[in-house]
Amino acid sequence: SLALCAAAITMAPNSIHWFRKGLRLHDNPALREAVRGAGTVRCVYFLDPWFAGSSNVGVNRWRFLLQCLEDLDASLRKLNSRLFVIRGQPANVFPRLFKEWKISRLTFEYDSEPFGKERDAAIKKLAMEAGVEVIVKISHTLYDLDKIIELNGGQPPLTYKRFQTLISRLDPPEMPVETLSDALMGGCVTPVSEDHGEKYGVPSLEELGFDTEGLPSAVWPGGETEALTRIERHLERKAWVANFERPRMNANSLLASPTGLSPYLRFGCLSCRLFYFKLTDLYRKVKKNSSPPLSLYGQLLWREFFYTAATNNPRFDKMEGNPICVRIPWDKNPEALAKWAEAKTGFPWIDAIMTQLRQEGWIHHLARHAVACFLTRGDLWISWEEGMKVFEELLLDADWSVNAGSWMWLSCSSFFQQFFHCYCPVGFGRRTDPNGDFIRRYLPVLRGFPAKYIYDPWNAPESVQAAAKCIIGVHYPKPMVHHAEASRLNIERMKQIYQQLSRYRGLGEEMKSNHLYRLLGRGSPKKFKMVATFIADLHF
Amino acid sequence: MKRIKGGEEASGGESPPEACKKLRTEISEESEAKAAGESPLCDWSLLPQEILLHIFQYLPLLDRAYASQVCRGWNEAFHMPELWRCFEFELNQPASSYLKATHPDLIKQIIKRHSNHLQYVSFKVDSSTESAEAACDILSQLVNCSLKTLGLISTARPSFMEVPKSHFISALTVVFVNSKSLSSLKIDDTPVDDPSLKVLVANNSDTLKLLKMSSCPHVSPAGILCVADQCHGLRELALNYHLLSDELLLALSSEKHVHLEHLRIDVVSENPGQHFHTIKKSSWDAMVRHSPKFNLVMYFFLYEDEFGPFFNDEIPITHLYFGRSVSKEVLGRVGLHCPRLVELVVCANGLRPLDEELIRIAKHCTQLSAIGLGECEVSCSAFVEFVKMCGRRLSQLSIMEEVLIPDHKYSLDEIHWEVSKHLGRVWFPDMMPTW
Repeated sequence: SLALCAAAITMAPNSIHWFRKGLRLHDNPALREAVRGAGTVRCVYFLDPWFAGSSNVGVNRWRFLLQCLEDLDASLRKLNSRLFVIRGQPANVFPRLFKEWKISRLTFEYDSEPFGKERDAAIKKLAMEAGVEVIVKISHTLYDLDKIIELNGGQPPLTYKRFQTLISRLDPPEMPVETLSDALMGGCVTPVSEDHGEKYGVPSLEELGFDTEGLPSAVWPGGETEALTRIERHLERKAWVANFERPRMNANSLLASPTGLSPYLRFGCLSCRLFYFKLTDLYRKVKKNSSPPLSLYGQLLWREFFYTAATNNPRFDKMEGNPICVRIPWDKNPEALAKWAEAKTGFPWIDAIMTQLRQEGWIHHLARHAVACFLTRGDLWISWEEGMKVFEELLLDADWSVNAGSWMWLSCSSFFQQFFHCYCPVGFGRRTDPNGDFIRRYLPVLRGFPAKYIYDPWNAPESVQAAAKCIIGVHYPKPMVHHAEASRLNIERMKQIYQQLSRYRGLGEEMKSNHLYRLLGRGSPKKFKMVATFIADLHF
Repeated sequence: MKRIKGGEEASGGESPPEACKKLRTEISEESEAKAAGESPLCDWSLLPQEILLHIFQYLPLLDRAYASQVCRGWNEAFHMPELWRCFEFELNQPASSYLKATHPDLIKQIIKRHSNHLQYVSFKVDSSTESAEAACDILSQLVNCSLKTLGLISTARPSFMEVPKSHFISALTVVFVNSKSLSSLKIDDTPVDDPSLKVLVANNSDTLKLLKMSSCPHVSPAGILCVADQCHGLRELALNYHLLSDELLLALSSEKHVHLEHLRIDVVSENPGQHFHTIKKSSWDAMVRHSPKFNLVMYFFLYEDEFGPFFNDEIPITHLYFGRSVSKEVLGRVGLHCPRLVELVVCANGLRPLDEELIRIAKHCTQLSAIGLGECEVSCSAFVEFVKMCGRRLSQLSIMEEVLIPDHKYSLDEIHWEVSKHLGRVWFPDMMPTW
């Protein structure tokens, strides 16, 4: 009878699954744990801060997120559940929810980013105090990042090659777990009140304070459903081409593709593990070969690389105080930065890319290289942190680790990246899209220019400008820098910096990066010896 | 034992606490026999000045300054001339730079107490005119200085060019006239002119060894020729192409002149279709005869159609950098006419493979040990052939991943094994993030 009483008292737990990224029902092991043997489950998402204006997130990213949440809500409805969108900060709201809903289990997907880890540690403490069991599962990355770091002697690898070597020694990623279904829900239910829509419904863009009049429809619609459709299309296209090589860059590559996956991976609408295994399966089928090369997973591994590099470094997104970032004397120039951000540089290639970015929220990775190089080490000599902030606002797939890491890479501020090569804001575009269709599409004011002059319209004779109904300096800005002069200056700057670093050749990777910060700019050299080499020999 | 105030963190080498610990252990081993309660023998004020100097030299300036607050003795050590031979003035404005500037009080102190100790000085300025003007102000006050090295370095935009020319020239002249033993001078991107170069030469012709003056638009070929004619010890020179002349090369190869070690030339296009003069082969030949080991470093920032005057004759270039797109045809000429080539960097070419051109370079440029390719295309087979021909002398091979085009013989995954084999070390192309 004591056992019966005990059994009666021990009720099936009430769970909360806390969505942050991982906005999906497929391959979601933490969600799986929330419903396992549970009496009730509620899936929550915190909108924090509430008003869009106070954060550095543009309208495309908000819209994508809201579409993800709508999609989740719709999918949960099919399982007689709902999404609970909560206004406020988790640390403030959770204690109330634990009490109100009599919660005994909290689940969420592991967040490897330093800020995320700190937040989660605080929530775990709150939960413990409230007698709530916390279950955390890794599913936003292919691997347990701490294991990669451990394998590398306690430091994250700072070159992509080293990273690839390390992961080839790990066990393959875990298989995706089954999608949440009625069967998996079992007896678990979600109590939904009459006024759920008012209290916990997904807000609209308007409610968040955005003016949506004239807003074009999303080129990248958010949500798990869209993600799963895309991955099938993506794989179909790969199979049809039967070619897993890196595709040659052409004019079409610059445009948003219906098989593009990066925003969905960032928000977690698509599981990276699902993508990994589907790629593997397809490769084995088409190539009748059982071992795919690492390059097949390039997109996923770069993402993983940056997550690993960032997870233990709270200053990963800064130059100062960041042990892996070279201190470069960037220029502070708000006007120049604004011109770059607002697509008013006077270089059509750069401006078209920045226009596409602002309008649609995605640009091709080579386009990213072009504009990042232009802002930092190529032309404007402005800090990569500024560029990173603009991408954070506008780019759908830019999350903290990947965005900061990529900007450091592209500005040659870290990761032993060679600096000798500079992208030309005229030539690079011209070689990619000789006809200039990309320019005409995003900068309609330049439509009238022939291919010969569309990348450098300031060189067009007056007659050509008049015929194009676009006078440079009047209807479209003059180029904001003289590229030859700027690149000459900047390569010299980079050389000055790297010459100082090359003094530490022969040091281990870790020592070098720990010393980078402290040893730069130490006193005047006795002699200025001219060093002939351009190719900094920092590789090890 | 006196307590050390501040100076807790000292980077690099031994910090005072570490040095103290060592000394303490040594002494305490000796005095183990002594009863407890007796004061230790070591008195930090007895530490010899030479040892203090040695220790202080390891400390960054800030930590040294903390140490100097401890006592009079350490304060004296802080001001020893040997510690003030080298100084780098960092002049930044918060509005234009993220980096901190040298404290104005420190600058005042240096000028007051140490200006006659200074020998190796550089000024790093940000893009604001104020910073460049501040540098000029300091320079003007270095009347008692006998500088051996002077560097004027703009770390972002060339702000020295914004300073009124007369202000700059008069400041620079102060140093030229008073130093009389300048050996190393770095004045790129400044408004230095012919008359001031004459002053430099009049006072420092015996000692000048290095002159770096790229992008000094107010200097003429005659101005630099004057330097070459008078400064026979000049070993390293950097300037723009418009200053280069046959006369200059002949002056640098005259009998009285020492062997040149390093000549760097920047070729920059101001406007498309700009015309550049040519240098006679005989002038280059004279240079090579006189200084067989000299490095000729050339940076090209030209439009593709401006290369007409270049690479039509043999030229003793050792380090060649193409900052913009360069045509296949020009690269073909490089292969034919640059037998001394050691390092080649091509930032961009185009969409046609550079197979033949690379092979030709491998064949004729037998000294080539470093190559960097940016936006170019090379078929994997030709690339392997190139590496095979160069063999192990290629110590630096920096190829962007996108450059290599897989063909029937090699895929991207296979090529790095082939190349590694021929190089005798593990090699792979440079990667850029693709996400």
